[in-house]
Amino acid sequence: MSILHTVNKSPFQKNDLTSCLAHANDDDAVLMIEDGVYGAIKGTQAASQIAAAGATVFVLGVDLAARGISEDKVADGVSVVGYDGFVKLAAEHHAVNSWL
Amino acid sequence: MKFGVVVNEGPYTHQASDSAYQFTKEAIAQGHEIIRVFFYHDGVNNGTRLTVPPGDDRHIQNNWSELAKEHNLDMVVCIAAAQRRGILDENEAKRQGKDADNIAEGFRISGLGQLIEAGIQADRLVTFGD
Repeated sequence: MSILHTVNKSPFQKNDLTSCLAHANDDDAVLMIEDGVYGAIKGTQAASQIAAAGATVFVLGVDLAARGISEDKVADGVSVVGYDGFVKLAAEHHAVNSWL
Repeated sequence: MKFGVVVNEGPYTHQASDSAYQFTKEAIAQGHEIIRVFFYHDGVNNGTRLTVPPGDDRHIQNNWSELAKEHNLDMVVCIAAAQRRGILDENEAKRQGKDADNIAEGFRISGLGQLIEAGIQADRLVTFGD
């Protein structure tokens, strides 16, 4: 049973992303939304944790853009999706777990 | 697929109401069914018709009301959370002896059972909050 995890807090503010990546199974997906998108920036500790994680990691493109983070700053291994991708990820996995 | 959406944060706080709205809209666009949007905790503040945001800002409450009207959404406001925060429909205002109600079009006040039911009936329950 695979799960879509959503993380909406910056990893520089809370440790939700770290906890989430540690809990997520290999067939799970992690989607960073809202302030969570700060976790997608390359060259940070969060990016290293993402690189080491088994789950597939996504970031919401509109929330990146709203914070002035261009897609070329996104770490390798993180895929940028829109709300269409968000809904598809929610449908593809068996449950959605929001890390609030 | 049947989706349930939970909104735990008030409008203009961080981003949860906006995210939930965008998600709901997109899910409908993709042909999914939204069986219920449940407003809980500070999320009940999305359901007051008395909000007057600046003209160049998005009107979160109107957005929800219009989406509900367009797609016949069931938008439920938790009664216990609503009473604490002064969100009342005509019935509740009368029952509590208040001189006005403020529930917005498309919202209805009901109990937590509606959230449990949405959790059971929906294939996916997606929560937005802080």
